[in-house]
Amino acid sequence: MPVVSVIHSASLADNCLTRNEWVCPLYLETRSSILLDAVGEHVQILVLSLAIGLLVGFPLALLARRTPWLKTVVLGAATIVYTVPSLALFVLVLPYTGLTVTTVVLALGLYSLTIIVRGVVAGLEGVPSSVEDAARGVGYGPQRLLWQVQVPLAVPSLVASLRVAGVSTVALTTVGAVVAHGGLGNLLFEGLQTRFFAQVLTASVLTVLLAFAVDLLLLALQKALTPWRRGVAA
Amino acid sequence: MSWLTDALSFLLDGASWEGTSGLGARLLDHLGLSALALLVATLVAVPLGLVLGHTGRGGALAINISNIGRAIPTFAILVIFVLLPQPLGDNTGSFVLALALFSVPPLLTNTYTGMREVDRSAVDAARGLGMSPAQMLLRVELPLATPLLMVGLRIAAVQVVATTTVVGLVSTRTLGSTITAGVASQDQPRVIAGALLVAALALVVELALAALEKRVGRRSSRPAAGKGRRAGKVAAASASSG
Repeated sequence: MPVVSVIHSASLADNCLTRNEWVCPLYLETRSSILLDAVGEHVQILVLSLAIGLLVGFPLALLARRTPWLKTVVLGAATIVYTVPSLALFVLVLPYTGLTVTTVVLALGLYSLTIIVRGVVAGLEGVPSSVEDAARGVGYGPQRLLWQVQVPLAVPSLVASLRVAGVSTVALTTVGAVVAHGGLGNLLFEGLQTRFFAQVLTASVLTVLLAFAVDLLLLALQKALTPWRRGVAA
Repeated sequence: MSWLTDALSFLLDGASWEGTSGLGARLLDHLGLSALALLVATLVAVPLGLVLGHTGRGGALAINISNIGRAIPTFAILVIFVLLPQPLGDNTGSFVLALALFSVPPLLTNTYTGMREVDRSAVDAARGLGMSPAQMLLRVELPLATPLLMVGLRIAAVQVVATTTVVGLVSTRTLGSTITAGVASQDQPRVIAGALLVAALALVVELALAALEKRVGRRSSRPAAGKGRRAGKVAAASASSG
């Protein structure tokens, strides 16, 4: 028996994983495939949620702008949905979609939608009436006015709302761990239950880095879409 | 829609509210943690925002803290706090601290912005009347900054109700744990009942503080249209992360 225990403790290398340290580069090396899978799910949820938010939110904002009662309804509904805590929203979608990634995508898509609708409506309302009058004066019809003047001028507000939605979505995705689809949040949840410190810290840091990367990417998109604003502070 | 009727009958059943893991105890715990966190955050953020706004210093911090706050997942901070040794760990102090940290950004950003947007001519008039800096701050700037301060309070309050729900993922506390325990035991009526209750709580807080905001706003001297628009912009710039 003593021989066995000697062999056993000798085979247990002394490193940051076995010492359960918070900062552990060895964790990154040995679990890179798990981390990549989690980041992959995180990004998938982000892209799909933002796509839902944009594809539904943008037309909805255009419609709402022309019809006052619709605007009241849309903005009111957006406030109500946005107020519902994410954990509650996830499980209120649950009866229809079950413990799938769709649950998280739908709930976070709904959040992005509320942020983007408000951003686009505010952007369109912020277009100076003098600019609109000038465009009409040189003969722009309603469609051309909308697509060549109003929408381009609303782009900064649209992208600002996309940035808020994108960064929030990255952070809120972690809560998706409640339905087992939280991207890096799954690693946080597992790390909590097994008291695996390196996993918790690595997943936390990666989530924050992902949020900042998304923010910078969307900021670059805004610069590319609004060349006339170069040199103006964002 | 049977899931909805099942959840409603669970909510209407008196037995669901009793006991240490019943809805009543969880709701009280939720309210207590949220209120404490909001109080701590207000005591830190509002004086700081007033001073920074009054002196015009630290503006970049006051504005950017909201963007940074949004990028940090509440769940991650809660997990880290629970795993850290005493005095942190799975206890009230940990949770209040974590929740307060996330309530500071909207309060600080809006208080600061409110102070910076105070009409400079009002401040100059106050100085001309011979007011001391403290008098100017408390009697002129603070009242004029109050509408935006209230916007910050509403955003922070609604957000803290949401982030308190996330505590249920790391501990057997708050209405969040009613939801997570229900998911784990596949008790759908309990899950939906918890979610409905927490959503209703957030909406009640939102509506109550929005009403209060309106009353405070009516007393302020700003033109209504300009104020609404500006407030909306700041609100959008410092929205929730729960």
